[in-house]
Amino acid sequence: MTMRQRIELTVNGRIRSVEVAPHHTLLDVLRDDLGLTGTKECCLVGECGACTVLVDDLAVDSCLMLGVEADGASVTTVEGLATGDKLHPLQEAFLETGAAQCGFCIPGQLLAAAALLANDPHPTRAAVEEGLAGNLCRCAGYEQIIEAVVVAARAGASES
Amino acid sequence: MRAFAYERPTTLQGAVALLAEHGSEARLLAGGTDLIIRLRDGSIAPRIVVDLKRIAELDGQIREHDGGLTIGARAVMTDIAADGRIRRDYRALAEAAAVVGSVQIRNRATLAGNICNASPAADTAPALLVYGARVIAAGPAGTRRIPIDAFFVRSGVTTLARGELVTAIELPRPTSRPGSVHLRRTRRRGHDLASVTLACAVRADGVTQLAYGSLGPRPVLVSDETGLLADPTAPELAKMRRLEALFVGASPSPRSMRASPEYRLAMLHVLGLRAVGTAIERLAQGSVPR
Repeated sequence: MTMRQRIELTVNGRIRSVEVAPHHTLLDVLRDDLGLTGTKECCLVGECGACTVLVDDLAVDSCLMLGVEADGASVTTVEGLATGDKLHPLQEAFLETGAAQCGFCIPGQLLAAAALLANDPHPTRAAVEEGLAGNLCRCAGYEQIIEAVVVAARAGASES
Repeated sequence: MRAFAYERPTTLQGAVALLAEHGSEARLLAGGTDLIIRLRDGSIAPRIVVDLKRIAELDGQIREHDGGLTIGARAVMTDIAADGRIRRDYRALAEAAAVVGSVQIRNRATLAGNICNASPAADTAPALLVYGARVIAAGPAGTRRIPIDAFFVRSGVTTLARGELVTAIELPRPTSRPGSVHLRRTRRRGHDLASVTLACAVRADGVTQLAYGSLGPRPVLVSDETGLLADPTAPELAKMRRLEALFVGASPSPRSMRASPEYRLAMLHVLGLRAVGTAIERLAQGSVPR
């Protein structure tokens, strides 16, 4: 019954034009229409943060946004963090501190952390906890994740 | 998620016309953080979703208006929590907006959506009640202002008429800058719904207003005009008795998973007393945030 609608959005710096079903979320569009499966589907109610992406530089749960709502927006996914072969400082810090265990929550954690550091380049530990409160880790690797963000902030992650 | 048609009107008139045409088959989309969950779990299945985000007359601005503030229907929690005027004059609202969901949720969730969803646990509702906010609604019959206390009915139900939508929320100028605070109780730190959510404003003329949510079908406003609660020298026991009398209408659901009715009632009184104390301190300090 429903017509697909054409939207144009910028994903990781590339302009993409895609026909989407109105009832598909941005998460569906990224994973199924654009093949960007780094963004993870998990709770689908906005509690776990595994699907976190940046929309116009703001961290959002892509499971709680329709694809059509992203028409005209600029979206950054985990695939857009590294530059060529060079990892983003946050990715380096996550490796260095052993913050990734099973890895499933890490794309969302990285983008929430990137948004945090863009606003607050040298956050307190409390600010890191609050900034990542919307990202759950079932391996309970919170200490290493928080440490990774602090390490990346020290290394000047927000300037890259 | 069941398929639906999607419309993105560019004028308020266009949105009102779509609501008139589709009635209960239409659902409005602002931030989507409640709506999309309900679309997905099947608890609602509209034929059409009307996205309000391209309507020129609806914006996310926070404007000064007759000494008060007008918060546009698309203003999100992140912006409300960060606004210097709200943090200064309507501090409980800034504090409430800052604890809704997570960063990801606050970047999308709107104040207008929070009140239209009319969850009894909505964190912004108690603050809006103690400040005497008014909801501006537009519909086929024109625009009207609804006092926030006359807006909530029960979970998911408001006094918005069929075909009406919220265009803004008005905060009247405070008669004198009150000392105010928002407090809540959750099961865990971080991202959780409130077991008790409460706002308190103590005015220089001795009137104390308290509003609480998550203890019944809708958020409730109560007022102490005796001056007892606002009196920094009044004994704590007398204040606790007064709070017991004010909170007599609290009726938490026995079926909720988040907390037992007994716990919620006990915490309501604890938070109430604590909030009165903090509001008195802030009134004395001129309510300027650190």
